Amino acid sequence: MSDHHKETFITKYIFCQDHKMIAKQFLITGMLMAVVGMLMSAIFRVQLANPGETSILYNLLPGSWLNEAGVLNPDKYLALVTMHGTILVFWVLTAGLSGTFANFLIPLQIGARDMASGFLNMLSYWFFFVATVVLVSSIYVESGPASSGWTIYPPLSALPQAIPGSGTGMTLWLVSITLFVVGSLLGGLNYIVTILNLRTKGMSMQRLPLTIWAILFTAILGVLSFPVLLSCGLLLIFDRSFGTSFYLSDIIINGEMLHNTGGSPILFEHLFWFLGHPEVYIILLPALGIVSEVISVNSRKPIFGYKAMVGALMLIAFLSFIVWGHHMFMTGMNPFLGSVFTFTTLLIAIPSAIKVFNYLATLWRANIRFTPAMLFAIGTVSAFITGGLTGLILGDSALDINVHDTYFVVGHFHIVMGLSAIYGMFAGVYHWFPKMYGRMMNKHLGYLHFWGTFICAYGVFFPMHFLGLAGLPRRYYTNSAFPMFDGLSDINSIITFFALAGAVVQTIFLFNFFYSIFKGTKATQNPWKSNTLEWTTPIERIHGNWPGEIPSVHRWPYDYSKPGADEDFIPQTVPLKEGEKEH
Amino acid sequence: MSVIKNKTFKQLLWVGMGSIAMFFAGLTSAYIVRKAEGNWTDFILPEWFWYSTLTIVLSSALLFVVKYKIKKNQSVSALLFSVFVLGLLFAYSQLNGWKELVSQGVFLTGEGSNVAGSFLYVITLSHLAHLIGGLVALLITVINAMKGRYSAVNYLGVELASIYWHFLSVLWIYLFCFLKYL
Repeated sequence: MSDHHKETFITKYIFCQDHKMIAKQFLITGMLMAVVGMLMSAIFRVQLANPGETSILYNLLPGSWLNEAGVLNPDKYLALVTMHGTILVFWVLTAGLSGTFANFLIPLQIGARDMASGFLNMLSYWFFFVATVVLVSSIYVESGPASSGWTIYPPLSALPQAIPGSGTGMTLWLVSITLFVVGSLLGGLNYIVTILNLRTKGMSMQRLPLTIWAILFTAILGVLSFPVLLSCGLLLIFDRSFGTSFYLSDIIINGEMLHNTGGSPILFEHLFWFLGHPEVYIILLPALGIVSEVISVNSRKPIFGYKAMVGALMLIAFLSFIVWGHHMFMTGMNPFLGSVFTFTTLLIAIPSAIKVFNYLATLWRANIRFTPAMLFAIGTVSAFITGGLTGLILGDSALDINVHDTYFVVGHFHIVMGLSAIYGMFAGVYHWFPKMYGRMMNKHLGYLHFWGTFICAYGVFFPMHFLGLAGLPRRYYTNSAFPMFDGLSDINSIITFFALAGAVVQTIFLFNFFYSIFKGTKATQNPWKSNTLEWTTPIERIHGNWPGEIPSVHRWPYDYSKPGADEDFIPQTVPLKEGEKEH
Repeated sequence: MSVIKNKTFKQLLWVGMGSIAMFFAGLTSAYIVRKAEGNWTDFILPEWFWYSTLTIVLSSALLFVVKYKIKKNQSVSALLFSVFVLGLLFAYSQLNGWKELVSQGVFLTGEGSNVAGSFLYVITLSHLAHLIGGLVALLITVINAMKGRYSAVNYLGVELASIYWHFLSVLWIYLFCFLKYL
C-alpha cells in the first residue's frame, strides 16, 4: 500500500513531511549558505592580498563595515572569519551534508516508506531554517555579527562589552546555534531509530549500504556530542547575561575591575572541543559513506573489505570522543596528558588508513567510469590522504606546538575536513541528482567544475602550509604590519587569486544544478546501473516511495561484476540463484 | 504495525534520553574539572533536597503500580494524577531548596557568589526544566486516562511518560549524590 496522498503547495514544498522533499530543503538551504560563506572568504582573502585597499567586492557588505576610504574595518574582518567558519562547519557541512543525504537516502536505501517520524523530521528542518534566519540577521546588527572565531572562546564571547561583535551579534549567534542543535538532535534521533527499525524484509545490518552505516555513526556522534555543546553554551549564557563566573576570572575592562573570580576559560575549551572533535567526524563520515557507494558503483566492483569499512567507521566514531585535547596542547596542559591525547589522536590513523587502503583496493584494476560523481569521490580520498598526513604532524604535541595557530593548521583542516567533505557532498549531488529531480546533470559542466575546483582548492590550501611553517599566524587582519612576513605577500596574493577563481568555478555547478532541475535530460530508472534500493522507486517522486509493496532484499548491495552473472550488476532485490553464494 | 510503532517511539525516547544524559554529563564533568582548580566555596545541600528525593522516588514507585493496574484493565487516572501532584511537590521542594541556599549565602550570581553555588543552581535548574516536560507528559496521560483512552493492550502514552519519569528520577538521584558526596 502506498502512502501517497493529495498534496497542496504548502504540504508539498513548505511544511512537508516527505523525507525526500525535506532533503531537498536542506540541500538548497545548505547551498545558499555555502554561497554566503564562500563570498565571505573571498572578501577576507581580498583584504589579505591587498591590505589597506578597497575592492569592488566590499560593495556586498553593509556600509558600516568599511572606513571612510572604503577599506574593511579590522573588527569586521574578524566577523567575516567567524561567520565563514560557523556557516561552513555547521550550516553547510553538518546540516547541508547530513541533513540532505541522511534524509534522502535512509528510507530509500533501507526500504522504508518514510522516516520513523515525519513530523519530527519536518520540525528538524524548520528549527534549522529559523536558526539560519537568526544567524543571517546577525550580519545586519549595528555592532556586527559574532567575531570571536567559530570556536567562540571566552572571554571575548562572554563579555558583551569586549569587542563590537561580542554584543548583540554574539547573542544572536548563541540563539541561532541553540536552535541549530535542537534541529540536529531531532534529526539525529530520527535517523538512528529509522535505521534500526524500519528496514525492509531481508535488509539485515550486514546488507546495509555503507552510506547508511556512515550516517548511523554520524547520528550517534551527533546525539552524544551536541548536548555537551548545549551545556557549554548554557554556562556561557549565564556568564554573559547573569554575571556568573564559570569561564571568567580577574578581568579588567576599560579600567574597570569585574567582580568575576575563579572562572576558567580552559573549562570552556574542554567542553567545546568535546563536541568540536566529534563534529569533525560528523562532517566527514557521511562524505566517506557517499564515497564508498559512488566508488563501488563506478568501479563496477564490490567495495573492498566491507566489514573492515564498518569496523573502521565504528573505531573512528569511538576514538573521536577521546582526542579533544589535541586542540588544546597550548593551554598549559600537563605534558603527560598531552602525550595521552597524542597517542589517542595518532590511533585514528589506523582506521583512516584502513578506509583509504580499501578505497584504493576497490579502484585497483577496476573498470572505472569517470563520471563527475566518481571524480569527486576520488577527490575526497585524495584530500583525505593529503590532509591526513599533516594531521599526523598536528596530532603530535611536540610538533603541534611549533605550528599552533598558524596557517599550517588552516591548510590542514581545510583539506582534510573541508575539501574531503565538500567533495563528498558534490559526489553525492552528482550521483543522486537523477533520483532527486528525475533529470541528469550535464556531464561536461561537471568535469569542468571538478577540475576547476580541484586545481583552485589545492592552489589555496597547499601554499598555506608553507605560510604556517614560516610562522604566519592565522586570524590576523593584515600580514603587512610585520616586516618579518613581508616576503610572504606574494604567496598571499597567489592564494587569493585561486580563492577567487575557485569561487567563480562554483557558478558552473550552480548553473548546472538549477538548469538541470528544469531542462536536464530525463533520467532513466537506474542510470548508473546501481544495486541499491533507491533505484527501484519510480522516477516521479511519490510520498511513500514505492507504489506497491516495499521490495524485499536478498543480497548485499555490492554484487558488481559477480562471476557467472549475466550483467555486471545484480540489484539487491534479485533473489539468490540456486547454489549461488551471497558473497 | 503497532508493535513496530511502539518499539520505534520507545527507541526515539531512549536515544533522546541518552542525549539528555550527555547534557548532564557535560555539566557534571565541568563541575569536577572546575572544582579541582580551587577557589571553590563548599556548601551544605539544602534539607529540602532530601524531600525532593523522597517525592520523586515515591512518584516513580507509584508509576510501577500504574503499570500493574493498567495491565489488569483497571482505572489509573487517580493514580496518575497523584504522580502528577508529587511532581508538582518536587518542583515546590526545589524552590524551597533554593530559598534555603540563599539564606545560607549561596547565590547563583552577583558579587558575593562563588562558582560552586552557580553550578549548583544551574544543574538543579536544568533538571527542573526537563522535569517540566515530564509534568506536561503526565498531565496528558491523566487527561487521556480520564477519557478512558487506555486499556491493557493500548497504553503506549503511559509507558512513554513513565519511562521518561523514571529517567528523571534516576537523573535526580545521580545529581543529588553527585552534589552531596563529590
